[in-house]
Amino acid sequence: MLAAILAGDQQMFHELIRPYERTVYMVALGMLKDESEAEDASQEAFLKAYCALGKFRAESKFSTWLISIAINEARSRLRRKKTGRTESLDAGWDSADSGDDFISVSPALLTDWREIPSEALERSEVRGLLTTAVTELPPIYREIFVLRDVEELSVNEAAAVLGISVALVKVRLHRARLMLQKKLVPLLKGVTFLESAERTRRRRFLWF
Amino acid sequence: MVLECKHVWDYISGYLDGGLDPELLREVQKHLDHCEVCSAVLDSTRNILVLTADERTFTLPLGFSERLHERLERAFADGLQTET
Repeated sequence: MLAAILAGDQQMFHELIRPYERTVYMVALGMLKDESEAEDASQEAFLKAYCALGKFRAESKFSTWLISIAINEARSRLRRKKTGRTESLDAGWDSADSGDDFISVSPALLTDWREIPSEALERSEVRGLLTTAVTELPPIYREIFVLRDVEELSVNEAAAVLGISVALVKVRLHRARLMLQKKLVPLLKGVTFLESAERTRRRRFLWF
Repeated sequence: MVLECKHVWDYISGYLDGGLDPELLREVQKHLDHCEVCSAVLDSTRNILVLTADERTFTLPLGFSERLHERLERAFADGLQTET
């Protein structure tokens, strides 16, 4: 397929990239936090990948190479935006949760959110709470969470595209997950609690 | 080795990824089996990951794919080439 594209078959490029559209967009969105900018960055990343296709070497995975291009595109946009803006990228989290990879994160200690997720997920507000919480993660945690838990890259592939060690991927992923748990459990508890109260009422209604 | 709760929290992510070595896994499992707080932390974190992986949670904007391929077509028509 690559050889055909390099030989001039541009239509094949459409087919080549189809499986990776979502991943490239989610990576860009995870870094840029703005849907229309993430879409534009994704398009640019695919155009750049097309131009650079001759430099792709088969010893790396095509997805790894493509995601690296998307990350670079998003990073250069972030750099451009930074010159002129000083607001914290970490807004919404207390400082202990932000930059340092070695401060431990404590989870929320609530024992009453064990709902079956498929039931909870039927509610769009639950999905909304989750996507907002991910968007609000500090950047280094957001990018690893998107790669591993949204797009389900392996630890090794995530380390490769981010240019960090496997050990650091694991540390950051752990922190990202616990930060989300801490933020979401108190919010989701309310949502699912209402749900089970409704079910209890329905059950009562049926039985009595 | 007896693990305290706050040490068990450090292994939640590794536990969910199946990345703990057998001896540590046994200790963490032993703790989880009798500690309601830690097993709730584990369950809720796992729930969040299940929600995250559900394809309805993070979705492409409507028309994303069409707009992408149109833009590529325009670029091809304008003479975009692979670099040699």
